[in-house]
Amino acid sequence: MDILLSSLSQGLIWSIMAIGVYLTFRILDIADMTAEGAFPLGAAFAASLIANHANPWLATLVGMFGGMLAGLISGLLYTRLKIPALLTGILTLTGLYSINLRIMGKANITLLGQQTVFSAFDQFSSNTQVIIVGSLIVVVIMVLLVLFFNTEMGLAARAVGDNPDMSAANGVHVANMQIVIYMISNGLIALAGALMAQSNGYADISMGVGTIVIALAAIIIGEVLVHNLSFGKRLITIIVGAVVYRLIIAFVLWLGVDPNDLRLFYAVLLTVLLALPLAQKLVRQGQRRRLNKQHIAELVRNSQEDKK
Amino acid sequence: MSEAVLTIRDLHQYFERGTINETHALQGINLTVTEGEFVTIIGGNGAGKSTLLNSIAGTLPVDTGQVVLEGKDITYDSVTTRARWIARVFQDPKMGTAQRLSVAENMALALKRGEHHSLFRIGTPRSSRPRFKEALKRLNLGLEERLDTEIGLLSGGQRQAITLLMATLQKPELLLLDEHTAALDPKTSATVLQLTQQLVQEEDLTALMITHNMQDAIKYGNRLWMLDHGRIVVDVAGDEKKHLTVPDLLELFNKASQEQMTDDELLLSSDN
Repeated sequence: MDILLSSLSQGLIWSIMAIGVYLTFRILDIADMTAEGAFPLGAAFAASLIANHANPWLATLVGMFGGMLAGLISGLLYTRLKIPALLTGILTLTGLYSINLRIMGKANITLLGQQTVFSAFDQFSSNTQVIIVGSLIVVVIMVLLVLFFNTEMGLAARAVGDNPDMSAANGVHVANMQIVIYMISNGLIALAGALMAQSNGYADISMGVGTIVIALAAIIIGEVLVHNLSFGKRLITIIVGAVVYRLIIAFVLWLGVDPNDLRLFYAVLLTVLLALPLAQKLVRQGQRRRLNKQHIAELVRNSQEDKK
Repeated sequence: MSEAVLTIRDLHQYFERGTINETHALQGINLTVTEGEFVTIIGGNGAGKSTLLNSIAGTLPVDTGQVVLEGKDITYDSVTTRARWIARVFQDPKMGTAQRLSVAENMALALKRGEHHSLFRIGTPRSSRPRFKEALKRLNLGLEERLDTEIGLLSGGQRQAITLLMATLQKPELLLLDEHTAALDPKTSATVLQLTQQLVQEEDLTALMITHNMQDAIKYGNRLWMLDHGRIVVDVAGDEKKHLTVPDLLELFNKASQEQMTDDELLLSSDN
């Protein structure tokens, strides 16, 4: 039971991060590495402010804005300097490492005994607190995103992801829309980082490693579970995907896998998930070929019988 | 006298300028298109037809020369800025629409062509749906019942017809058609061309249309250009265009290209 609750709580926080990655990955068709720097950036801002007795909500918000700023930088590098998307992310992420260290002042900040956004419900267990607050935040994010993507600007942003040439020909400011998506995406990822630090009780300089891999796995699990969905429903499957992914990891740890080997497991699992569509295709192709062989054999047999 | 919609002065375009592969794609285009003109453009591969249209649309930065639309110098304006006045239909049916968006969403985007995309207005308001249905009905393809279908699921012909419709939802000052039926089968191509003619007439549009088909170039529009080696070598309009036949056109072309060749020879000989 405890494992289920903790998986749900961690999964909820991961789902915010996965939704952020989804925006760049599926709408702009970019695997944006900025995520790996934005996640600890949010954590760094939130943890150092909270350690200095700031209001935890304010600290979380500052973390999120920090992520949006990181997104702005990546977006500008990508659209204005025309640096390839993958390199853009790596540049920002590398720079952010130093900035995160500056913000934290050291490699690790503990939040033991501090007020966090989860403290408001301290009559419950710590997992339940995270689930309550996390669910509220996730719902607010989903509503805001669905509203945004149904505005004129949101429609233009989706069109840019689909077909930049057509969007420009219809008067959409393509670069601006891409930057907007970059900012929302990394804002959400940093928000998840800020929440994760408060939930874990510490911020660590290396907590961003694996962000992209975890988020992509959550997205793809969601997509494998249900194909072709509208945007709002897709967000729900991502949340489910993040929780399922967290459960898988809890299971793997329960089997006795060394936590130090966990990142290898992340990578292997994502590889499997990414290869899944190809595997499905090959299996289906094999079935069709077998059926076809039987069909041809039957034709040949029939024609031979006719001859007799 | 009707007014000049588009004026181009001494337009040159080079590809890979300064290298051994340099191509002089447009070699001093001068032209004026007046309101209500529907120009069909023909010419062989590499004649500069698409380069000309790309220069007008803004997808290709102008090397030298000037592009003036309704009195405004747009030579250095971006594609996005020019979209306020220019609508375009591409050759590839996939190019003209955003495939994961619905028919209605695509149309809503086109309806706002060149306008500000506000954060505080609904992207595809319910109130615009009757108008979209009305417009789709004219296509006679039954698409008015498929407003919420993802446009990527429609056939190339259907998409191209919708793209054409989208280009005219908000009347453009100039409509650019870049071989917009080349990727379609003959029957669909004819339907889309008919629709083009109909829309241009009903909405009183000024349009430039590239085609590979001489018959179509003669049949449609009220002015015809033939391009060769980056120059407009044939320009016929009015009654002359109306009574044009394919042999006439070939003759005109041979005459023009021969003249050009002699011009080049003169140039060469004067160089020596």
